[in-house]
Amino acid sequence: MSFPWAQHYAPKHPVMQWLDQRLPVPRLVYNAVGAGYPVPRNLNYFWNFGVLAGAALGIQIITGIVLAMHYAANGAIAFDSVEQIMRDVNSGWLLRYAHANGASFFFIVVYIHIFRGLFYGSYKAPREMVWLLGVVIFLLMMATAFMGYVLPWGQMSFWGAQVITGFFSAIPVVGDPIRIWLLGGFAPDNAALNRFFSLHYLLPFVIAGVIILHIWALHIPGSNNPTGVDVKGPQDTVPFHPYYTAKDGFGLGVFLTLFALVLFFAPNALGHPDNYIPANPLSTPAHIVPEWYFLPFYAILKAFTFNFLWIPAKLWGVMAMFGSILLLFFLPWIDRSPVRSANYRPKYKWFFWMLVVDVLVLGYLGQAEPTVLVVLGSQVCAAYYFAHFLIILPIISRIERPLPLPNSITESVLHGEKAEAAPFGTQTA
Amino acid sequence: MLRLFGPLIAPIVGLGFIAALILAIITASYESEPATAAHEFHLHPKPLHLASDGMLGKFDRQQLQRGFQVYKEVCSACHSARLVAFRDLSEIGFTVPEVKAIAKNWATEVPSVNPETGEPATRKALPSDYIPSPYANETAARAANNNALPPDLSLITKAREGGAPYVHSLLTGYRDPNTYRNEKGEALPADAKPSANLHFNPYYANLNFAMPPPLVADGQVSYADGTKASVDQMAQDVSAFLVWTAEPKLENRHRTGVAVVIFLLIATTLAYFSYQNIWAGRKH
Repeated sequence: MSFPWAQHYAPKHPVMQWLDQRLPVPRLVYNAVGAGYPVPRNLNYFWNFGVLAGAALGIQIITGIVLAMHYAANGAIAFDSVEQIMRDVNSGWLLRYAHANGASFFFIVVYIHIFRGLFYGSYKAPREMVWLLGVVIFLLMMATAFMGYVLPWGQMSFWGAQVITGFFSAIPVVGDPIRIWLLGGFAPDNAALNRFFSLHYLLPFVIAGVIILHIWALHIPGSNNPTGVDVKGPQDTVPFHPYYTAKDGFGLGVFLTLFALVLFFAPNALGHPDNYIPANPLSTPAHIVPEWYFLPFYAILKAFTFNFLWIPAKLWGVMAMFGSILLLFFLPWIDRSPVRSANYRPKYKWFFWMLVVDVLVLGYLGQAEPTVLVVLGSQVCAAYYFAHFLIILPIISRIERPLPLPNSITESVLHGEKAEAAPFGTQTA
Repeated sequence: MLRLFGPLIAPIVGLGFIAALILAIITASYESEPATAAHEFHLHPKPLHLASDGMLGKFDRQQLQRGFQVYKEVCSACHSARLVAFRDLSEIGFTVPEVKAIAKNWATEVPSVNPETGEPATRKALPSDYIPSPYANETAARAANNNALPPDLSLITKAREGGAPYVHSLLTGYRDPNTYRNEKGEALPADAKPSANLHFNPYYANLNFAMPPPLVADGQVSYADGTKASVDQMAQDVSAFLVWTAEPKLENRHRTGVAVVIFLLIATTLAYFSYQNIWAGRKH
C-alpha cells in the first residue's frame, strides 16, 4: 500500500511489459525503493542509515560466502585456515579484513539507526511492527556476530564462546544440561565450532528475510520524518527514486570511504590481540572481553555482583542483560506521548541524550578492568538504563508539555513560503 | 516469552533489576584494592618507528633481511615461525638460490618418513616447507625451558598489545631488579623480585619474564650490509621482521587502500553533486 498519489509503474519497453504481466518483480522494486514509494521530503542524513545497514549486510554476505570457500570449520585447523586466507588466498586478507571490520561497521550503522528511531519516535504508532521487527533483526545480528567471532578459533573466540554459552548454565536446575546440549560437549570444541559455522551461514539469510518484513511493515504507514508529523498530502513527499536514491548514494559513498580507511589502514584496531593466539582450553586470557559492540550489555551483565531475593548474581546478570534488549520490544507501549519527534519534546530530548551517554559509558565500563569504581559505575549506569525505560519514560510522557507541532511537513520545510507548495515530486526542474 | 505474561510482568522484572542494583550500590564496600607491584612498575612500550608504519608505509627490505638474520641466528633456537614458509622469504628480497640455501642449511630438519623403512625420519628443509620448530613438541619445548613455552613468533606483533614497539621494548628492556628504580624512584619490593629462572623486565605485564635476555652484546650478529649490530639495532630489525611475518600483505593492503580511498572520494564527490543536482532548488 502507499499514498494515493504514488506514481504507478508503467513499463514502456515491450519486454518489461511482458515481464510485468508474468512476474512483476520490477513493479515490486519500483513500489518498494523506486519512484512508486513516496517519502517525506524533509528526511535528514540520519535516514540514510537503514540503507547503509542493508549495504553492510550485503558486504557481509558476499565476503562471507567467499571466505567460506576457504575456511575449514575444524578445531584442529580452523585457526591455520584463517591464516592461510590471510597469506595464500588471492586477496584473502582483503576478504577477511572486510568481513571482520564489516561486522563492526554493520553494528555502527545499526546503532545509529536504532538511536535515530529513539530520537524521532519512529517506534510509535503506526510503526510499532517496524520497530519490533527491527529488534528481532538486532537480536539475530548479535547471535550471528557472536558465532562469527568464534570461527577463527583464537583465544578470544574460544573463551568468548565459553563465557556466552555459560549464560545458559545460570538457568536453575536445567542450565548445565542445556549448555552441554547447545555446545555438543562440556566445553567449546569441534562440535560447537561446526554448529556455530552452520548457524553463522544460515542466520544472515534469516536476517535478510526479516529485513524484507521490516521494509514491508515500513511501507504500510510510510517513513517517519524529523518532525514526526504525518504526511498530509502530495506536497509533503517526494518519490524515493531519484530523490533518496541520490541522497543514499552519497551517504553510501561516505560510509564506504570511512569503512575503507579502517579496513586498509587500521584493520586490527577494533579487534583484540589475543585472537591472534590459537585457542587454548588450558590457558585463560587475563581479561576476556567481547567485541566492542557487545560491551554495554557485557557491562550490565557484570554489574550484578551479589545475590538478591534468593536469585544468584549470575542469573540476575544474565536476565538483566537479555532484559535490556527485550525491554525494547515494549517501548512502543511504554512511551505514551503522542508526539513522535524529540525536537518537540523538551524533556524527552534531554533524557534521550542522557541515555546515549549512559550507553556509551556502559560500553567503556564493559572493557575496563573491574575495579571498585568500575563496578559501581556499571551498577549506576545499568540501573539508569532500566530506569530510563521503566520510570523516566512513563513519567515524562505524562507530565511533558510538547512544543507546538508544525501543521504539516511542507509548512515546517517552507516556513510559510507558498511558492513551493505545489506537489513536490511532480514539479519539473 | 515475556510478552506472553501480560503487560505487568515485564515492568516488575525490570524494576527488580533496578532494585537489585540500588541495593548493591548501597551495601557495597568501597575500599579500593592496594596497588600491586605490576601496577607501579609496569612500563608501556617505547615508541618505535618502522618504515612499514603509516598509511603509505612500506617494508625496508634491507632491515627485514637483517631481522631475519637475527631471528635465524638467535630467536629460532627456541621459537618457531610455523606460518612462514621458506619460499615466502623471496618476498623480502632473497633470491631463489638464497632461499633454497637458507632452507637447506636450516639448523632444524623437518619431519619426514624414511623412504626405505617407513620409519619416522627428518630431512633437510625445502623452500616449500614452513619454518620448523626447534622442538619436537610442546613437552620437549617446556622441558628445555624450565616449563615455559616459547611462543610461535609468526603472529607475535599482532598477538600482543603494543605490537612491534612492545617486542622491541621487551628485547631491550631487561634491567637489574636490585638496582632498578621506577619513575617515582622506588625500588622493586622484595616480593616482586624474580624467582630463579625468571628475569626482571618492566615491559612485561607481570614484570618477571621467563625468557633470558636473548640480545646481550653488540655485534652478536654480523650484518652483511655493514650495519652496526648494536643490541637496539638488532631488536629493531627483528621487530620489523616480525611485523612482516605477521602481516606479509601489508604493502598490498596499503597500496590497494590508497587506490580504493581515492576512487571512493571521487565517487562520493560525484554522488554529492548528483544529489545536489537532483534536489536543486527544492527546499527540504
